Amino acid sequence: MTLNEIVKLLEGEVLIPDTDLEIEVPCAFASDMISDILMCTKEPTLLLTGLTNNQVIRLSDMIDVIAIIFVRGKQPLDDIVEMARERGLPLICTKMTLYRCSGILYNAGLRSCKI
Amino acid sequence: MNEFWHIEPRFEAAVKGYFAQPPQAEVELEFPVPEKDFNTAGNGASETKNLLKRLGVDSDTLRRIAVAAYEAEINVAAHSKGGIMKCLIYDDLIHIRFQDEGPGIADIDQAMIPGYSTADELVREMGFGAGLGLPNIKKNSDALHILSSANNPTTVELLIFF
Repeated sequence: MTLNEIVKLLEGEVLIPDTDLEIEVPCAFASDMISDILMCTKEPTLLLTGLTNNQVIRLSDMIDVIAIIFVRGKQPLDDIVEMARERGLPLICTKMTLYRCSGILYNAGLRSCKI
Repeated sequence: MNEFWHIEPRFEAAVKGYFAQPPQAEVELEFPVPEKDFNTAGNGASETKNLLKRLGVDSDTLRRIAVAAYEAEINVAAHSKGGIMKCLIYDDLIHIRFQDEGPGIADIDQAMIPGYSTADELVREMGFGAGLGLPNIKKNSDALHILSSANNPTTVELLIFF
């Protein structure tokens, strides 16, 4: 599944101009807890979360995060968006809940990230 | 003081040999980890990963080092009065040592149980406090050594072979 398909399914808003939406996304992980997310050390993954602080962006220095979907209408501050832009990390916002996003993507065939 | 050791069986001899007579490190890095400073927490892990990447360490090992170091760095920022992260880098391994200024871990075995957390509200708001910090460090390290007790400083050190 491409990031573009994911943005359409989740009615998402792309926060960084000129983001490459044709990148392939093989799997996803969803959590609001940093240490849960750090269990994803086995393969690059899409991340769905309600956390919008700087530590969420910093996670991508540690593990391979393909893109971050901020759920429940959460909007990161400008400096957080800038941190992601420096790292080439796509950011997407959606008004949908974490549960709804996960269900939609799972039904569309996006599998769970190996942990 | 209470002590906890976890050593991956295949590295037992190498780990014991290392601690019996630690050699001179090729590179040493040191990072302060201030109390509750979540703007800078994680800098040490990021910079260490970047340096090791330039030195040619493979990506799987890099990820394990980064996650273990990051979790331990966050632990120092979240749970202690601040401390120091020190990395000793060799040809074939990295030794990372975290030394804080207390207040210590009363029961290390309990702290190792996935899901157990003593994180306060501020720490939880940041998305920490899942109770997976020490288990994640153990999972990603070839050796983990913890020395602590209530009202004392804590030392957490880990070895990861390249």
